[in-house]
Amino acid sequence: MTMLKEGRPTAPQAVATGHMLPATATGNRALMLEEALIFEIGSTDTTGVDFADAPQVASRLGSLTRTDAIGLPGLSEQETVRHYTRLSRQNYAIDLGLFPLGSCTMKHNPRLNEKVARMPGFADIHPLQPQSTVQGALAVIHELARWLVTLTGMHSVAMSPKAGAHGELCGLLAIRAALEARGDARSVVLVPESAHGTNPATAAFCGYKVEDIPATPDGRVDLEALKARLGADVAAVMITNPNTCGLFERDMKVISDAVHAAGAFVYCDGANFNAIVGRVRPGDLGVDAMHINLHKTFSTPHGGGGPGSGPVVLSAALAPFAPLPFVEKQDDQFILVEEETAQDHHGQTFGRMVAFHGQMGMFTRALTYILSHGADGLRQVAGDAVLNANYILRSLEDVLDAPFGGSGPCMHEALFSDKGLAEGFTTLDIAKGLIDEGFHPMTMYFPLVVHGAMLVEPTETESKVALDQFIMALRSLAERAKAGDEALKGAPYHAPRRRLDETLAARKPVLSWTDPALAVAAE
Amino acid sequence: MRYLPLTDTDRQEMLSVIGAETIDDLFIDVPAEARLSGTIAGLPDHASELAVERHMGALARKNLSAGEAPFFLGAGAYKHHVPASVDHLIQRGEFLTAYTPYQPEIAQGTLQVLFEFQTQVARLLGCDVANASMYDGSTACWEAIGMARRITRRGKALLSSGLHPHYVSVAQTMAKFTGDALVHHAPTLDAATDIDALIAGIDEDTSCVVVQYPDILGRIADLTPLADAAHAAGALLVAVVTEPVALGAIKAPGHMGADIVVGEGQSIGVGLQFGGPYLGLFACKQKYVRQMPGRLCGETVDAAGKRGFVLTLSTREQHIRREKATSNICTNSGLCALAFSIHMTLLGEKGLRELATLNHAMACQAADRLAKVPGVTLLNDSFFNEFTLVLSKDAREVVRNLADRGVLAGVSLGRLFPDASQIGHGLVVAVTETVTPEDIEALAAALEEELA
Repeated sequence: MTMLKEGRPTAPQAVATGHMLPATATGNRALMLEEALIFEIGSTDTTGVDFADAPQVASRLGSLTRTDAIGLPGLSEQETVRHYTRLSRQNYAIDLGLFPLGSCTMKHNPRLNEKVARMPGFADIHPLQPQSTVQGALAVIHELARWLVTLTGMHSVAMSPKAGAHGELCGLLAIRAALEARGDARSVVLVPESAHGTNPATAAFCGYKVEDIPATPDGRVDLEALKARLGADVAAVMITNPNTCGLFERDMKVISDAVHAAGAFVYCDGANFNAIVGRVRPGDLGVDAMHINLHKTFSTPHGGGGPGSGPVVLSAALAPFAPLPFVEKQDDQFILVEEETAQDHHGQTFGRMVAFHGQMGMFTRALTYILSHGADGLRQVAGDAVLNANYILRSLEDVLDAPFGGSGPCMHEALFSDKGLAEGFTTLDIAKGLIDEGFHPMTMYFPLVVHGAMLVEPTETESKVALDQFIMALRSLAERAKAGDEALKGAPYHAPRRRLDETLAARKPVLSWTDPALAVAAE
Repeated sequence: MRYLPLTDTDRQEMLSVIGAETIDDLFIDVPAEARLSGTIAGLPDHASELAVERHMGALARKNLSAGEAPFFLGAGAYKHHVPASVDHLIQRGEFLTAYTPYQPEIAQGTLQVLFEFQTQVARLLGCDVANASMYDGSTACWEAIGMARRITRRGKALLSSGLHPHYVSVAQTMAKFTGDALVHHAPTLDAATDIDALIAGIDEDTSCVVVQYPDILGRIADLTPLADAAHAAGALLVAVVTEPVALGAIKAPGHMGADIVVGEGQSIGVGLQFGGPYLGLFACKQKYVRQMPGRLCGETVDAAGKRGFVLTLSTREQHIRREKATSNICTNSGLCALAFSIHMTLLGEKGLRELATLNHAMACQAADRLAKVPGVTLLNDSFFNEFTLVLSKDAREVVRNLADRGVLAGVSLGRLFPDASQIGHGLVVAVTETVTPEDIEALAAALEEELA
């Protein structure tokens, strides 16, 4: 199998819409409201807040008083609420419907999590308060850590990484520190072709040379090719399991044993842990390090692109090198081990990855979610996630090519290709058609080992009614794309915007707002 | 199991479509020896919403929250009043439960916010362009050092002694693996910053000088001479701002010649939350934009000619460039950037300046009052809303003892710099608009008793 590099179309084609709606004077369409930029509707002498009068004092700012016009427009509170409410309505979200973005685990975000995170005892405490005043917060970190270690069957966990890619960095830094501690500098990290882009980027960021491992025709790591490449220069193998084709790497334990025998470490990308939580412990498969996206498996909200949280579970071999800080329990007290005390406890740590202690706001949400489900509920989470994905796979494989559908059940995501679509029709057309049908599209053109990939991850929080409606919509689109329905190429028609010109955006980047009057004056 | 909508009937119907007997049959690819037959031992089963809320509430009540006590901590995280509408708006499901805007036709809300955020940040920091946020200030700082290396093709960074020690630690951790040479010393208890020493240290191998403004001791100094010296040697100036409210009162680093300005955005719109999630601010000169890490939102048009926004210049990013990317960052701090942007919109320039003026005035009053306490000396000649007191005894012990009296006094330099015992008597005190005159009196009285 080879990697596909041609990518997807990034500029819209001119296509007749087939139907013309009458224009409105404002550009608004009933509940669909256009909203200008704050720079166009606000002014620098408007504010939505008020403060007590400042006492008169002699300035201590030296000669540094800011006298220029900063250019920050304000809005009244009512205008502010309306601006962001209107903008919010131009977004799709899980709260609106099924969001089957493969590898992203867009599950329901329970609101109890939000309520708990906003308790003043969690939301309003400073990271550098004396430890005696934050025992409850340290207890949360400790309790969540115990869950993560137990669910994964690993030795310990580094809690501070800020997101999945940051967790990858943590794992690879621990691996590199462990290798250096035994005087065994190695230079290469092996990454499967199907890996998330963050994997090779992370390895390169840590100073490693990245080499691809090929995939077998059934969508898994080529074990023989991997074994052949292992050697004294290989530091680690980064594997995603379940992998990005939605398949479990059956040979995981054999791979781990071979990697360990060659003196290297196994990094597992835990982005897909939702498929196996409560059913498989990565520690039993020989994994040395794995990040857990709390914003995927453990339901903390994605927030339009973060914040995430990426704790990394570690094997006994890597645990001594874990980053600072971490929480220990001594008698009835929780202790935050940081620079001040690390030499006594933890002299081999590779250092600190972030200011303070990690994503506490995500820890409270994730722990709330975990306690709600419990061990039995989490096991059912994985079961239902896999059930939903297989239901989609088997309900659509007669109209969409499922390249690995013949090799058995999938895990938590179903993978389709663009094979069989009419000439000139692409995965992008189906994705944009889904927008008109009221769904967020699936992940498209990833993984790279499948042509025109469509990766569908429904998650366990979708009802059968929602799944059936999605299947009906995707079936209809597949049939239209196979029949060569030209109208599909113009989709979406009903979204706040038609297809956007990404080529133009990249060729002439406009990354901040400029007052058109000033721009004209400058010319 | 209230978050699982499938009924057993649903499951049976779906299994029959799939052609499997049980859900367990779907896990057939997992080697039998790795498949767990039942729930993992030693963990409790599911619990009701009420039970979980009770458990978490009990843990929350074991913490002393900032609002419950006279509170003076800063050092990279600041307590400010966040208007109620900010938290209301970020909880709208269309923002809260959206993903990264990879499908721009149905993500214009998030994208327009990011475009507005980028513009607000660039203007606040005095730069041409800003990105759509990083994890936090400390990781943004390291990314700036890496960016300076790529631009200058040099590997030595000079870190000011006034840079937050956690930011220094993060950079030192990463530099061990990238091979960057970092020059750094612990601060001394002087009223003047180390800008002269930094200027003297710049040479032809220097990629950048990294300076915090205001610095960890609260001091502020004109960065222009440092920028000039760096540029004369072909190096860049990286400025770090951990308290962005300050830029409503003091000159922007970008206007003093800084090439890259990074910061911690928590102060505006985001609560303390025990250290995270926060948001990294990252801005630079236009000419360096293609070396920037992180997501960027740009303006474009749609097929009908309407203005719209998309993520752009993604050829810098990991999902396209893989091992050749400028950074491995993927998920960033979108929702915190939204909170920042909403709060900044509510403030506007007028409100920001008023907020900054109030912070500075309260801090001046507190500094003068606390300096009158026997055994306390004010270090700073200049400051914004945070200053350093030199106490007659180790500040770590003082902070702990004052906490026992219900006063959260500040951050001891001993906690921040455990290896620098010579500055252990330093106490960093932050005073924002949330501090009352009564709080200042409470701190003064407690210090007086403790130092007597």
